[in-house]
Amino acid sequence: MNLLNHLCYPNPTHTPTPNLNLNPNLNRSQIRPSSFGTLSFWKIICDTKLHYSYPSIFIYGHRASGKSHVMHVLLKELEVRDICCQFISLDQRRYIFRIQLSHLPDVRSLSQMCTYIFQVMEKAELLRDTDANLLPALLRLQELVEDNVTIILLSEIVWDKFRPNTGCFEPLLLHFPDYSKGELHTILSQDRHPSYSDEFYSSYINILLGVFYSVCRDLRELRHLAALNFSKFCEPLEEGKVKETDTHKLWRNIEPHLKKAMQTVYLREVSSVQWEQMQQTEEKENGALRGLSAHTHVELPYYSKFLLIAAYLASYNPARTDKRFFLKHHGKIRKTNFLKKNEKTSNHLLGPKPFPLDRLLAIFYSVVDSRVAPTASIFSQISSLVTLQLLTQVSHDDQLDAPKYKCAVSMDFICAISRTVNFEIVKYLYDFL
Amino acid sequence: MSKRKIQEDHLLIGECISQVQEILRERFCHQQLPDRPEGLEAQHKHLLELLKRTAVHGESNSVLIVGPRGVGKTMLLKCVLRDLLEEKEAQKNLLQVHLNGLLQTDDRIALKEITRQLHLENVVGDKVFGSFAENLAFLLEALKKGDRSSSRPVLFVLEEFDLFAHHKNQTLLYNLLDVSQSAQAPVAVVGITCRLDVLELLEKRVKSRFSHRQIHLLSNPTFPQYLAQVRTQLSLPADFPDHQFAEDWNASVKTLVEDKSAVDVLQRHFNSSKDFRSMHMLLMLCLSRVSVAKPAVKPADLLEASRLCFSDAKANILHGLSVLELCLIIAMKHLNDVYEGEPFNLQMVHNEFKKFLQRKSNSMYNFEQPVIMKAFEHLQQLELIRPLDSSAARIQREYQLMRLMLDHSQIMEALQKYPQCPTDIKQWAMSAFS
Repeated sequence: MNLLNHLCYPNPTHTPTPNLNLNPNLNRSQIRPSSFGTLSFWKIICDTKLHYSYPSIFIYGHRASGKSHVMHVLLKELEVRDICCQFISLDQRRYIFRIQLSHLPDVRSLSQMCTYIFQVMEKAELLRDTDANLLPALLRLQELVEDNVTIILLSEIVWDKFRPNTGCFEPLLLHFPDYSKGELHTILSQDRHPSYSDEFYSSYINILLGVFYSVCRDLRELRHLAALNFSKFCEPLEEGKVKETDTHKLWRNIEPHLKKAMQTVYLREVSSVQWEQMQQTEEKENGALRGLSAHTHVELPYYSKFLLIAAYLASYNPARTDKRFFLKHHGKIRKTNFLKKNEKTSNHLLGPKPFPLDRLLAIFYSVVDSRVAPTASIFSQISSLVTLQLLTQVSHDDQLDAPKYKCAVSMDFICAISRTVNFEIVKYLYDFL
Repeated sequence: MSKRKIQEDHLLIGECISQVQEILRERFCHQQLPDRPEGLEAQHKHLLELLKRTAVHGESNSVLIVGPRGVGKTMLLKCVLRDLLEEKEAQKNLLQVHLNGLLQTDDRIALKEITRQLHLENVVGDKVFGSFAENLAFLLEALKKGDRSSSRPVLFVLEEFDLFAHHKNQTLLYNLLDVSQSAQAPVAVVGITCRLDVLELLEKRVKSRFSHRQIHLLSNPTFPQYLAQVRTQLSLPADFPDHQFAEDWNASVKTLVEDKSAVDVLQRHFNSSKDFRSMHMLLMLCLSRVSVAKPAVKPADLLEASRLCFSDAKANILHGLSVLELCLIIAMKHLNDVYEGEPFNLQMVHNEFKKFLQRKSNSMYNFEQPVIMKAFEHLQQLELIRPLDSSAARIQREYQLMRLMLDHSQIMEALQKYPQCPTDIKQWAMSAFS
């Protein structure tokens, strides 16, 4: 799912917002004057007369909590000539740093033009993956260059994970606080549509936060969701069915819609464009929305389905219990006390186990009703299941005589498949005895 | 008339505060050299003697300065150099080359840097040398004085000395130490490092050429000495323009270091680290709270600065998690308690969470598996949980084994501070058995 995330939104820090006018200039200081006062944030970094500042500062906090925005605002206010670097892609970053360190003596000439140089670096955790000397050198830059340079690192990961093993110059650590629920509400309410009143939008945000706040606190995601779903919220108003103050009816209208959004748009199963289109079509066509996961339900041939079911049984049942399930005359199998207590050994919690090809075929023949001849078509179906990544091959490619496999599908998937062939898989699973 | 006078006074205070900030910030942030390094007199004398022999008498030497981070190795060397250059002959003759292991990651780069610092780029020009030794010999030859009888003494300072030992064949170290042993030119090689075992890193041929002279900086101040140092660091010098203000300031500093709560705070810092750097960080945070309205450092400032220094970063991050993510962390904590720290996977955590929902929960309801997966992945991105390295990429995401990188106490502390935490979740966290 993470891969889908990256495919749909290659730059995960910026959620795209098509066709929607969001206000990009939210000034955080207007929203949270209190935290500015107590932190005396900017005073720690440097004071008004721009005297010396601490050589390196590390600011950590959750994503979308406004770190970069506040840094931009601060530096502009101080009217400093700053060089701001942003981490975007690997190549660009390497290029930037190759220039930086090899031209250190030239920084002196730069400083004749401006009194102070601030270097702000976002996503500083990527520094750990570069050469080992880069991070310690940057932290000491003021000392190496003997000039007024300050490095400010922004990251969402704590400093303990950055420290090199022989130590380094410790930067000043500052925590950037995250938004509280009230502050999120205030910020989200600023995006209101001009043709509706403040209270109306505010009640909408209340409902949205009620559904999503316990799951997600990322401001960007919430803004995106708020923007996408607002038109649906206003629908009954436009149709004249309810008035603005009728919050209960509005809530009843929007709540199932938001729940659906949590399963689809929030998880990036459908793109925002698809979601908007879906809202514009009629309500009766609800089933038309297919998420990305739905596409993995490929139509398999009959025997492939049974092969997959057999593979699932082989992965999740211990080998000694095969006798009980698949033979006509089996002895009794007692579930021992030890196993009853140690629930952790339930195979559905531990994951699928590898099995040899012979076992798969044995189970397959006992599961399939009709008589099946072991032809090449059956074996080729196993290979195609591996290609579809429904099975994974565990053994080495060189081992031709006894390949081992693992079943890589979830319980829901296999239940759906077995329903299509009228096979009750739950009866054959050891964990559900 | 009086109004103008009041304004003048205020202006004066503003000016004073600004001067105070400048002086103290230079001390804390800019590593201003003290007049005399405190507690390091013997080492200072030794190093000065050694470098004087090279600079004035033309004797080759090599020495290593070893000490933990932040104890003052570079500061010591700079003080010694400053005192050395007061002597006219040394000032006239001595050439300095400063190399740093972080910047010169390769011997070739190091050689180019040496050429540049000795201002010999024109002399070298386009010449191509067969080996490192040839190049270095050429450079030193070029430094010979007019009558060709002796060459100028060169001081090589190698910071982060242990990083140079990781270069290929240790050519730079070998050649420099070789020159310092042979009678080619008067060369002093001073290495600065934080590793005590740095000699183990050297190859045999390099080690044999090294003079095995080490200066250890293991300063061990007592707590009263530490307090005295804090006081000197915060005090204003005698040449401050406004005498009255300086006196008031120094008096307030004196009361500060005698105040009980401030002494407790400083004791706590002293117990965790005795070096100058952490002291400077603490005092820097105190200084940022000084303003025109409050022109002195009070014990409350020290307390607040200490709180900032000692705050647990992970607990701060936990503060901003969503309720679902917090529940997952508590489920992981319970798994760790029951199974004594064995790694877990998402399925197990989800199972644990479902058990909580069935029995005790009023505020949370069951989310779908993909939503839980997304919350789990967010925790992984924050590096609060870490996958075990042993597994190959062939395991499905739900079954990949992970470890929790948080401590029991950190989770409990975060729960206390968590805003609007539902009570049933808190009780679930405190319960001993899941």
